[in-house]
Amino acid sequence: MSWRGEDFYARMGVRVLHAMEAERVDPEARRVILSTGETLGYDALCLCTGSHPFSPRFEGMETVEQRFFFTTLADALALEAAVTPETRVLIVGAGFIGLKCAEGLRDRAGSVTVCDLAAHAMNANLDGDASAILERHLEKNGLRLMLGNTVTRFEGDKAHMQNGETVDFDVLVIAIGVRPETTLCAGAGGKVNRGIPVNERMETALPGIWAAGDCTESLDVSCGEAGVLAVLPNASFQGRTAGKNMAGGEAVFDTGMKMNSIGFFGLHIMSAGTYTDLIYSEVTETDCKKLFARDGVLTGYMIVGDVSRAGIYTALIRNKTPLEELDLEALEHEPSLLPFGKVSRAKMLGGVV
Amino acid sequence: MKRVYVNEDWCLGCHLCEYNCAFANSGEKDMALALKGKPLNPRIRVEGDGSITYAVSCRHCKDPLCLRSCISGALHRENGAVCIDHSKCVGCLTCVLVCPYGAVLPGPDGAAMKCELCLQNACGEPACAAGCPNRAIVYEEREEAEA
Repeated sequence: MSWRGEDFYARMGVRVLHAMEAERVDPEARRVILSTGETLGYDALCLCTGSHPFSPRFEGMETVEQRFFFTTLADALALEAAVTPETRVLIVGAGFIGLKCAEGLRDRAGSVTVCDLAAHAMNANLDGDASAILERHLEKNGLRLMLGNTVTRFEGDKAHMQNGETVDFDVLVIAIGVRPETTLCAGAGGKVNRGIPVNERMETALPGIWAAGDCTESLDVSCGEAGVLAVLPNASFQGRTAGKNMAGGEAVFDTGMKMNSIGFFGLHIMSAGTYTDLIYSEVTETDCKKLFARDGVLTGYMIVGDVSRAGIYTALIRNKTPLEELDLEALEHEPSLLPFGKVSRAKMLGGVV
Repeated sequence: MKRVYVNEDWCLGCHLCEYNCAFANSGEKDMALALKGKPLNPRIRVEGDGSITYAVSCRHCKDPLCLRSCISGALHRENGAVCIDHSKCVGCLTCVLVCPYGAVLPGPDGAAMKCELCLQNACGEPACAAGCPNRAIVYEEREEAEA
Protein backbone atom coordinates (compact mmCIF):
# COMPACT_ATOMS: atom_id res chain seq x y z
CA MET A 1 0.00 0.00 0.00
CA SER A 2 2.24 2.78 -1.22
CA TRP A 3 1.43 6.09 -2.84
CA ARG A 4 4.34 5.89 -5.24
CA GLY A 5 5.05 3.00 -7.53
CA GLU A 6 7.65 0.59 -6.15
CA ASP A 7 10.31 1.69 -8.61
CA PHE A 8 9.81 5.41 -7.99
CA TYR A 9 12.86 6.12 -5.83
CA ALA A 10 15.20 4.02 -7.91
CA ARG A 11 13.93 5.66 -11.09
CA MET A 12 14.46 9.12 -9.60
CA GLY A 13 17.93 8.27 -8.31
CA VAL A 14 16.89 8.74 -4.67
CA ARG A 15 18.55 6.83 -1.85
CA VAL A 16 16.06 6.00 0.89
CA LEU A 17 17.32 5.10 4.35
CA HIS A 18 14.58 2.94 5.83
CA ALA A 19 14.27 2.22 9.55
CA MET A 20 16.68 4.99 10.42
CA GLU A 21 15.67 8.01 12.40
CA ALA A 22 17.07 11.50 12.02
CA GLU A 23 17.74 12.24 15.68
CA ARG A 24 19.27 15.65 15.50
CA VAL A 25 20.04 18.43 13.06
CA ASP A 26 23.15 20.54 13.42
CA PRO A 27 22.33 23.59 11.28
CA GLU A 28 25.74 25.23 11.72
CA ALA A 29 27.69 22.23 10.50
CA ARG A 30 24.83 21.34 8.12
CA ARG A 31 24.73 17.79 9.36
CA VAL A 32 21.99 15.35 10.32
CA ILE A 33 22.79 12.84 13.06
CA LEU A 34 21.05 9.50 12.56
CA SER A 35 19.87 6.98 15.14
CA THR A 36 22.66 4.68 13.97
CA GLY A 37 25.23 7.27 15.01
CA GLU A 38 26.05 7.97 11.40
CA THR A 39 26.01 11.59 10.24
CA LEU A 40 24.92 12.93 6.89
CA GLY A 41 26.01 16.29 5.53
CA TYR A 42 23.62 18.43 3.50
CA ASP A 43 23.50 21.57 1.43
CA ALA A 44 19.73 21.79 1.58
CA LEU A 45 17.53 19.97 4.06
CA CYS A 46 13.76 19.54 4.04
CA LEU A 47 11.86 18.58 7.17
CA CYS A 48 8.85 16.44 6.27
CA THR A 49 8.22 15.01 9.70
CA GLY A 50 4.42 14.97 9.50
CA SER A 51 2.33 14.78 12.62
CA HIS A 52 1.74 12.56 15.61
CA PRO A 53 -1.46 11.59 17.39
CA PHE A 54 -2.31 13.73 20.36
CA SER A 55 -3.85 12.48 23.57
CA PRO A 56 -4.65 14.41 26.71
CA ARG A 57 -4.02 12.65 30.01
CA PHE A 58 -7.08 10.69 30.99
CA GLU A 59 -7.14 9.49 34.56
CA GLY A 60 -6.73 5.73 34.66
CA MET A 61 -5.63 5.49 31.03
CA GLU A 62 -2.87 3.04 32.01
CA THR A 63 -5.50 0.61 33.34
CA VAL A 64 -6.90 0.13 29.81
CA GLU A 65 -5.38 -3.01 28.33
CA GLN A 66 -6.39 -2.63 24.71
CA ARG A 67 -5.84 0.92 23.55
CA PHE A 68 -4.93 2.15 20.10
CA PHE A 69 -4.35 5.16 17.92
CA PHE A 70 -5.58 5.20 14.33
CA THR A 71 -3.03 7.08 12.29
CA THR A 72 -0.63 4.56 10.77
CA LEU A 73 -1.05 1.34 8.82
CA ALA A 74 0.51 -0.48 11.78
CA ASP A 75 -2.17 1.02 14.07
CA ALA A 76 -4.93 -0.14 11.75
CA LEU A 77 -3.54 -3.67 11.44
CA ALA A 78 -3.05 -4.01 15.21
CA LEU A 79 -6.58 -2.76 15.81
CA GLU A 80 -8.03 -5.12 13.23
CA ALA A 81 -6.28 -8.04 14.90
CA ALA A 82 -7.67 -7.05 18.31
CA VAL A 83 -11.29 -6.81 17.19
CA THR A 84 -13.69 -9.77 16.92
CA PRO A 85 -17.44 -9.76 16.12
CA GLU A 86 -18.09 -9.60 19.88
CA THR A 87 -15.78 -6.69 20.63
CA ARG A 88 -17.25 -3.52 22.13
CA VAL A 89 -15.26 -0.57 20.77
CA LEU A 90 -15.12 2.88 22.32
CA ILE A 91 -13.66 5.65 20.19
CA VAL A 92 -12.76 8.97 21.80
CA GLY A 93 -13.04 11.67 19.15
CA ALA A 94 -15.74 12.24 16.51
CA GLY A 95 -13.55 13.95 13.92
CA PHE A 96 -12.20 12.55 10.69
CA ILE A 97 -10.00 9.90 12.23
CA GLY A 98 -12.47 8.70 14.86
CA LEU A 99 -15.39 8.46 12.48
CA LYS A 100 -13.38 6.83 9.70
CA CYS A 101 -12.19 4.31 12.26
CA ALA A 102 -15.80 3.75 13.39
CA GLU A 103 -16.92 3.18 9.81
CA GLY A 104 -14.18 0.62 9.28
CA LEU A 105 -14.97 -1.22 12.51
CA ARG A 106 -18.75 -1.33 12.27
CA ASP A 107 -18.85 -4.66 10.41
CA ARG A 108 -15.90 -6.10 12.30
CA ALA A 109 -16.95 -5.34 15.87
CA GLY A 110 -19.94 -6.09 18.08
CA SER A 111 -20.64 -2.46 18.83
CA VAL A 112 -19.01 0.89 18.14
CA THR A 113 -19.51 3.92 20.39
CA VAL A 114 -17.99 7.30 19.54
CA CYS A 115 -17.79 10.09 22.10
CA ASP A 116 -16.58 13.66 21.75
CA LEU A 117 -16.44 16.62 24.06
CA ALA A 118 -17.77 18.78 21.20
CA ALA A 119 -21.53 19.00 20.82
CA HIS A 120 -21.37 17.98 17.14
CA ALA A 121 -19.65 15.37 15.03
CA MET A 122 -16.83 16.83 12.95
CA ASN A 123 -17.08 19.97 14.99
CA ALA A 124 -13.97 21.52 13.42
CA ASN A 125 -15.49 21.40 9.94
CA LEU A 126 -19.28 21.46 10.23
CA ASP A 127 -21.89 23.56 11.95
CA GLY A 128 -24.92 22.20 13.78
CA ASP A 129 -27.14 21.95 10.67
CA ALA A 130 -24.56 20.02 8.70
CA SER A 131 -23.47 17.71 11.47
CA ALA A 132 -27.10 16.89 12.38
CA ILE A 133 -27.42 15.25 8.95
CA LEU A 134 -24.17 13.39 9.44
CA GLU A 135 -25.09 12.27 12.96
CA ARG A 136 -28.48 10.90 11.84
CA HIS A 137 -26.71 9.03 9.04
CA LEU A 138 -24.09 7.56 11.36
CA GLU A 139 -26.69 6.42 13.88
CA LYS A 140 -28.83 4.92 11.12
CA ASN A 141 -25.74 2.95 10.15
CA GLY A 142 -25.32 1.46 13.58
CA LEU A 143 -22.92 3.76 15.42
CA ARG A 144 -23.68 4.96 18.92
CA LEU A 145 -22.77 8.61 19.38
CA MET A 146 -22.20 10.33 22.72
CA LEU A 147 -21.60 13.98 21.90
CA GLY A 148 -21.00 16.88 24.24
CA ASN A 149 -19.72 14.21 26.56
CA THR A 150 -16.33 12.71 27.12
CA VAL A 151 -14.44 10.33 29.36
CA THR A 152 -13.47 11.66 32.78
CA ARG A 153 -11.85 8.47 34.06
CA PHE A 154 -10.96 4.97 32.86
CA GLU A 155 -11.16 1.97 35.11
CA GLY A 156 -9.97 -1.10 33.22
CA ASP A 157 -12.68 -1.82 30.67
CA LYS A 158 -15.03 0.84 31.97
CA ALA A 159 -15.18 4.51 30.94
CA HIS A 160 -16.79 6.94 33.34
CA MET A 161 -18.36 9.70 31.31
CA GLN A 162 -18.81 13.35 32.08
CA ASN A 163 -22.61 13.01 32.24
CA GLY A 164 -22.36 10.26 34.85
CA GLU A 165 -22.95 7.33 32.50
CA THR A 166 -20.47 4.48 32.23
CA VAL A 167 -19.49 2.75 29.00
CA ASP A 168 -18.22 -0.84 29.08
CA PHE A 169 -15.76 -1.58 26.31
CA ASP A 170 -13.12 -4.07 25.20
CA VAL A 171 -11.08 -1.92 22.85
CA LEU A 172 -10.34 1.79 23.12
CA VAL A 173 -9.29 4.04 20.25
CA ILE A 174 -7.95 7.51 20.94
CA ALA A 175 -8.70 9.74 17.95
CA ILE A 176 -8.62 13.21 19.39
CA GLY A 177 -6.38 14.65 16.77
CA VAL A 178 -2.86 15.07 15.53
CA ARG A 179 -0.19 17.66 16.18
CA PRO A 180 2.65 18.73 13.89
CA GLU A 181 5.84 16.80 14.66
CA THR A 182 8.33 19.61 15.28
CA THR A 183 10.90 18.06 17.64
CA LEU A 184 13.71 17.95 15.09
CA CYS A 185 13.23 21.59 14.10
CA ALA A 186 12.99 22.78 17.71
CA GLY A 187 16.11 20.78 18.59
CA ALA A 188 17.99 22.55 15.82
CA GLY A 189 17.02 25.92 17.29
CA GLY A 190 14.37 26.57 14.65
CA LYS A 191 11.22 28.53 15.32
CA VAL A 192 8.15 26.48 16.20
CA ASN A 193 4.63 27.76 16.73
CA ARG A 194 1.82 25.24 16.35
CA GLY A 195 3.84 23.94 13.43
CA ILE A 196 7.09 24.91 11.76
CA PRO A 197 6.49 28.33 10.17
CA VAL A 198 7.38 28.42 6.48
CA ASN A 199 7.14 31.16 3.87
CA GLU A 200 5.73 30.78 0.36
CA ARG A 201 8.98 29.17 -0.76
CA MET A 202 8.73 26.68 2.11
CA GLU A 203 11.82 28.09 3.80
CA THR A 204 12.05 27.88 7.58
CA ALA A 205 13.83 30.51 9.64
CA LEU A 206 16.98 28.36 9.60
CA PRO A 207 19.32 28.86 6.62
CA GLY A 208 19.45 25.84 4.35
CA ILE A 209 16.41 24.22 5.96
CA TRP A 210 13.04 23.91 4.28
CA ALA A 211 9.90 22.21 5.56
CA ALA A 212 6.79 20.80 3.91
CA GLY A 213 3.65 18.94 4.81
CA ASP A 214 1.71 18.35 8.02
CA CYS A 215 4.58 19.56 10.25
CA THR A 216 4.35 23.08 8.86
CA GLU A 217 2.38 26.22 9.49
CA SER A 218 1.80 28.19 6.32
CA LEU A 219 -0.31 30.87 4.67
CA ASP A 220 -4.01 30.08 4.36
CA VAL A 221 -5.18 31.92 1.24
CA SER A 222 -8.80 31.94 2.44
CA CYS A 223 -8.07 34.16 5.45
CA GLY A 224 -4.58 35.54 4.87
CA GLU A 225 -3.29 34.07 8.13
CA ALA A 226 -0.85 31.28 8.87
CA GLY A 227 -2.26 27.94 9.95
CA VAL A 228 -1.57 24.23 10.06
CA LEU A 229 -3.09 23.07 6.76
CA ALA A 230 -2.50 19.39 7.32
CA VAL A 231 -4.03 17.62 4.34
CA LEU A 232 -2.39 15.85 1.46
CA PRO A 233 -3.09 18.35 -1.34
CA ASN A 234 -1.27 21.09 0.56
CA ALA A 235 1.55 18.75 1.56
CA SER A 236 2.03 17.64 -2.02
CA PHE A 237 2.31 21.17 -3.38
CA GLN A 238 4.51 22.25 -0.49
CA GLY A 239 6.86 19.34 -1.08
CA ARG A 240 7.19 20.13 -4.74
CA THR A 241 7.76 23.81 -3.99
CA ALA A 242 10.44 23.03 -1.43
CA GLY A 243 12.11 20.58 -3.80
CA LYS A 244 12.31 23.03 -6.66
CA ASN A 245 13.76 25.78 -4.46
CA MET A 246 16.23 23.41 -2.81
CA ALA A 247 17.47 22.42 -6.25
CA GLY A 248 18.09 26.08 -7.11
CA GLY A 249 14.81 26.73 -8.92
CA GLU A 250 12.12 29.26 -8.22
CA ALA A 251 8.76 28.16 -6.90
CA VAL A 252 6.10 29.45 -4.55
CA PHE A 253 2.99 27.86 -3.10
CA ASP A 254 0.55 30.51 -1.97
CA THR A 255 -2.83 28.91 -2.56
CA GLY A 256 -3.03 26.57 0.42
CA MET A 257 -6.15 26.39 2.54
CA LYS A 258 -7.90 24.04 4.87
CA MET A 259 -9.85 21.60 2.75
CA ASN A 260 -11.34 18.21 3.35
CA SER A 261 -13.30 15.59 1.51
CA ILE A 262 -14.53 12.49 3.24
CA GLY A 263 -17.43 10.06 3.20
CA PHE A 264 -19.04 7.78 5.75
CA PHE A 265 -21.32 4.90 4.72
CA GLY A 266 -21.93 6.59 1.35
CA LEU A 267 -22.62 10.10 2.66
CA HIS A 268 -20.11 12.62 1.37
CA ILE A 269 -18.86 15.71 3.13
CA MET A 270 -16.67 18.48 1.80
CA SER A 271 -15.42 21.65 3.35
CA ALA A 272 -12.85 24.25 2.41
CA GLY A 273 -11.51 27.62 3.42
CA THR A 274 -12.68 29.93 6.17
CA TYR A 275 -16.24 30.38 7.36
CA THR A 276 -16.77 34.16 7.30
CA ASP A 277 -20.11 35.75 6.33
CA LEU A 278 -22.81 33.29 5.33
CA ILE A 279 -24.06 34.20 1.85
CA TYR A 280 -26.01 31.07 0.95
CA SER A 281 -27.62 28.32 2.96
CA GLU A 282 -29.58 25.30 1.85
CA VAL A 283 -30.57 22.72 4.46
CA THR A 284 -32.81 19.69 3.96
CA GLU A 285 -33.17 16.36 5.78
CA THR A 286 -30.33 14.83 3.76
CA ASP A 287 -28.34 17.71 2.26
CA CYS A 288 -26.67 20.84 3.50
CA LYS A 289 -24.74 23.51 1.68
CA LYS A 290 -23.40 26.76 3.10
CA LEU A 291 -21.27 29.31 1.27
CA PHE A 292 -19.26 32.01 2.98
CA ALA A 293 -17.80 35.21 1.52
CA ARG A 294 -16.07 38.37 2.59
CA ASP A 295 -14.79 41.41 0.71
CA GLY A 296 -16.36 40.23 -2.52
CA VAL A 297 -14.70 36.81 -2.69
CA LEU A 298 -15.77 33.35 -1.63
CA THR A 299 -13.80 32.31 1.46
CA GLY A 300 -15.29 28.97 2.40
CA TYR A 301 -18.00 26.35 2.05
CA MET A 302 -19.36 23.21 3.62
CA ILE A 303 -21.41 20.60 1.79
CA VAL A 304 -23.04 17.43 3.08
CA GLY A 305 -24.68 15.23 0.46
CA ASP A 306 -24.33 16.15 -3.21
CA VAL A 307 -20.69 17.19 -3.55
CA SER A 308 -20.58 17.13 -7.35
CA ARG A 309 -18.43 19.86 -8.91
CA ALA A 310 -17.58 21.36 -5.49
CA GLY A 311 -14.08 21.97 -6.89
CA ILE A 312 -15.53 24.94 -8.75
CA TYR A 313 -16.15 26.58 -5.36
CA THR A 314 -12.66 25.60 -4.18
CA ALA A 315 -11.19 27.27 -7.27
CA LEU A 316 -13.12 30.48 -6.55
CA ILE A 317 -11.52 30.60 -3.09
CA ARG A 318 -8.07 29.65 -4.42
CA ASN A 319 -8.16 32.26 -7.20
CA LYS A 320 -9.92 34.93 -5.12
CA THR A 321 -12.29 35.37 -8.06
CA PRO A 322 -14.35 38.56 -7.61
CA LEU A 323 -17.91 37.35 -7.12
CA GLU A 324 -19.27 40.42 -8.93
CA GLU A 325 -17.80 39.03 -12.16
CA LEU A 326 -19.98 35.94 -11.85
CA ASP A 327 -23.62 35.07 -12.02
CA LEU A 328 -23.65 34.21 -8.34
CA GLU A 329 -27.24 33.04 -8.22
CA ALA A 330 -26.55 30.44 -10.89
CA LEU A 331 -23.57 29.22 -8.91
CA GLU A 332 -25.14 28.91 -5.50
CA HIS A 333 -27.50 26.01 -5.91
CA GLU A 334 -25.43 24.00 -8.37
CA PRO A 335 -21.82 24.72 -9.29
CA SER A 336 -21.10 24.65 -13.02
CA LEU A 337 -19.09 26.61 -15.58
CA LEU A 338 -22.19 28.54 -16.69
CA PRO A 339 -21.69 31.52 -14.34
CA PHE A 340 -18.20 32.18 -15.71
CA GLY A 341 -19.39 33.58 -19.03
CA LYS A 342 -18.53 32.65 -22.59
CA VAL A 343 -15.01 34.06 -22.80
CA SER A 344 -13.71 32.26 -19.69
CA ARG A 345 -15.48 29.09 -20.74
CA ALA A 346 -13.93 29.18 -24.20
CA LYS A 347 -10.50 29.28 -22.55
CA MET A 348 -11.34 26.44 -20.15
CA LEU A 349 -12.90 24.13 -22.73
CA GLY A 350 -11.15 25.20 -25.92
CA GLY A 351 -7.59 25.67 -24.73
CA VAL A 352 -4.86 23.73 -22.98
CA VAL A 353 -5.11 24.29 -19.25
CA MET B 1 -1.07 15.66 -27.09
CA LYS B 2 -4.55 15.24 -28.52
CA ARG B 3 -7.28 16.53 -26.25
CA VAL B 4 -11.04 16.95 -26.24
CA TYR B 5 -12.07 20.51 -27.10
CA VAL B 6 -15.54 21.96 -26.92
CA ASN B 7 -17.03 24.80 -28.96
CA GLU B 8 -20.24 25.92 -27.31
CA ASP B 9 -21.44 27.85 -30.38
CA TRP B 10 -21.90 24.55 -32.15
CA CYS B 11 -23.33 22.54 -29.29
CA LEU B 12 -26.96 21.53 -29.91
CA GLY B 13 -27.49 20.30 -26.36
CA CYS B 14 -28.51 16.88 -27.70
CA HIS B 15 -26.66 14.95 -24.93
CA LEU B 16 -25.48 12.32 -27.44
CA CYS B 17 -21.96 12.66 -26.03
CA GLU B 18 -23.22 11.52 -22.63
CA TYR B 19 -24.82 8.40 -24.14
CA ASN B 20 -21.79 7.61 -26.29
CA CYS B 21 -19.50 8.07 -23.29
CA ALA B 22 -21.57 5.85 -21.02
CA PHE B 23 -21.77 3.19 -23.73
CA ALA B 24 -18.05 3.29 -24.52
CA ASN B 25 -17.22 2.82 -20.85
CA SER B 26 -19.84 0.14 -20.18
CA GLY B 27 -17.84 -2.72 -21.66
CA GLU B 28 -20.98 -3.87 -23.47
CA LYS B 29 -21.18 -4.48 -27.24
CA ASP B 30 -24.78 -3.42 -27.64
CA MET B 31 -25.84 0.14 -26.81
CA ALA B 32 -29.39 -0.76 -25.84
CA LEU B 33 -28.17 -3.55 -23.59
CA ALA B 34 -25.63 -1.19 -22.03
CA LEU B 35 -27.91 1.76 -21.34
CA LYS B 36 -31.60 0.84 -21.51
CA GLY B 37 -33.29 1.15 -18.15
CA LYS B 38 -29.99 1.75 -16.37
CA PRO B 39 -28.72 4.87 -14.66
CA LEU B 40 -26.48 6.79 -17.05
CA ASN B 41 -23.03 7.53 -15.67
CA PRO B 42 -21.23 9.51 -18.36
CA ARG B 43 -17.86 11.10 -17.71
CA ILE B 44 -18.80 14.04 -19.89
CA ARG B 45 -21.72 16.23 -18.87
CA VAL B 46 -23.72 18.76 -20.85
CA GLU B 47 -24.26 21.91 -18.85
CA GLY B 48 -26.09 25.10 -19.65
CA ASP B 49 -29.41 26.84 -19.50
CA GLY B 50 -32.20 27.45 -22.01
CA SER B 51 -29.97 29.23 -24.48
CA ILE B 52 -26.39 28.03 -23.93
CA THR B 53 -25.16 24.42 -23.84
CA TYR B 54 -21.71 22.91 -23.78
CA ALA B 55 -20.10 19.67 -22.69
CA VAL B 56 -17.58 19.43 -19.86
CA SER B 57 -15.09 16.62 -19.46
CA CYS B 58 -11.58 16.29 -18.04
CA ARG B 59 -9.16 18.88 -19.46
CA HIS B 60 -6.16 16.60 -18.81
CA CYS B 61 -4.42 19.66 -17.38
CA LYS B 62 -0.70 20.15 -17.83
CA ASP B 63 -0.38 20.34 -14.04
CA PRO B 64 -3.42 18.48 -12.74
CA LEU B 65 -4.58 19.51 -9.26
CA CYS B 66 -6.47 16.23 -8.93
CA LEU B 67 -3.38 14.11 -9.53
CA ARG B 68 -1.28 16.17 -7.13
CA SER B 69 -4.02 16.02 -4.50
CA CYS B 70 -4.91 12.33 -4.72
CA ILE B 71 -4.44 10.89 -1.25
CA SER B 72 -3.99 7.29 -2.37
CA GLY B 73 -1.93 7.68 -5.55
CA ALA B 74 -4.81 6.39 -7.69
CA LEU B 75 -4.65 9.29 -10.14
CA HIS B 76 -1.74 9.06 -12.51
CA ARG B 77 -0.74 9.85 -16.08
CA GLU B 78 -0.79 7.36 -18.93
CA ASN B 79 0.61 8.74 -22.19
CA GLY B 80 -0.42 12.21 -21.07
CA ALA B 81 -3.97 11.29 -20.08
CA VAL B 82 -4.92 11.60 -16.42
CA CYS B 83 -6.30 8.20 -15.39
CA ILE B 84 -7.66 6.56 -12.24
CA ASP B 85 -6.34 3.26 -10.92
CA HIS B 86 -9.58 1.88 -9.49
CA SER B 87 -7.76 -0.64 -7.34
CA LYS B 88 -6.12 2.25 -5.46
CA CYS B 89 -9.01 4.75 -5.30
CA VAL B 90 -10.47 4.96 -1.79
CA GLY B 91 -13.42 7.11 -2.84
CA CYS B 92 -12.51 10.13 -0.69
CA LEU B 93 -13.32 12.42 -3.64
CA THR B 94 -10.49 14.85 -2.88
CA CYS B 95 -10.14 15.05 -6.69
CA VAL B 96 -13.73 16.33 -6.88
CA LEU B 97 -12.87 18.81 -4.12
CA VAL B 98 -10.01 20.34 -6.12
CA CYS B 99 -10.99 20.07 -9.81
CA PRO B 100 -11.73 23.66 -10.96
CA TYR B 101 -13.84 22.42 -13.87
CA GLY B 102 -16.10 20.03 -12.03
CA ALA B 103 -14.83 17.39 -14.43
CA VAL B 104 -14.01 14.61 -11.94
CA LEU B 105 -17.24 13.04 -10.77
CA PRO B 106 -18.39 10.75 -8.00
CA GLY B 107 -18.79 7.37 -9.74
CA PRO B 108 -21.52 4.78 -9.21
CA ASP B 109 -19.22 2.33 -7.42
CA GLY B 110 -18.01 4.83 -4.81
CA ALA B 111 -14.75 5.52 -6.62
CA ALA B 112 -14.12 8.73 -8.52
CA MET B 113 -14.82 8.73 -12.23
CA LYS B 114 -13.37 10.80 -15.06
CA CYS B 115 -12.71 10.96 -18.77
CA GLU B 116 -9.71 8.85 -19.74
CA LEU B 117 -10.02 9.76 -23.43
CA CYS B 118 -11.46 6.29 -24.18
CA LEU B 119 -7.86 5.06 -24.39
CA GLN B 120 -8.70 2.25 -21.97
CA ASN B 121 -11.91 1.07 -23.60
CA ALA B 122 -12.81 -0.55 -26.90
CA CYS B 123 -13.57 2.79 -28.54
CA GLY B 124 -9.87 3.72 -28.61
CA GLU B 125 -10.54 7.44 -29.04
CA PRO B 126 -13.04 9.72 -27.33
CA ALA B 127 -16.54 8.47 -28.16
CA CYS B 128 -18.00 11.88 -27.29
CA ALA B 129 -16.07 13.56 -30.10
CA ALA B 130 -16.50 10.70 -32.58
CA GLY B 131 -20.26 10.80 -32.18
CA CYS B 132 -20.84 14.55 -31.92
CA PRO B 133 -23.21 15.37 -34.80
CA ASN B 134 -22.17 19.02 -35.06
CA ARG B 135 -18.44 18.83 -34.34
CA ALA B 136 -18.99 20.84 -31.17
CA ILE B 137 -16.68 18.32 -29.53
CA VAL B 138 -13.41 17.51 -31.30
CA TYR B 139 -10.39 15.42 -30.40
CA GLU B 140 -7.28 17.01 -31.83
CA GLU B 141 -3.85 18.42 -31.22
CA ARG B 142 -3.69 22.16 -30.72
CA GLU B 143 0.03 22.77 -30.90
CA GLU B 144 -0.01 26.54 -30.46
CA ALA B 145 -1.79 26.14 -27.14
CA GLU B 146 0.74 23.64 -25.80
CA ALA B 147 3.55 26.19 -25.65
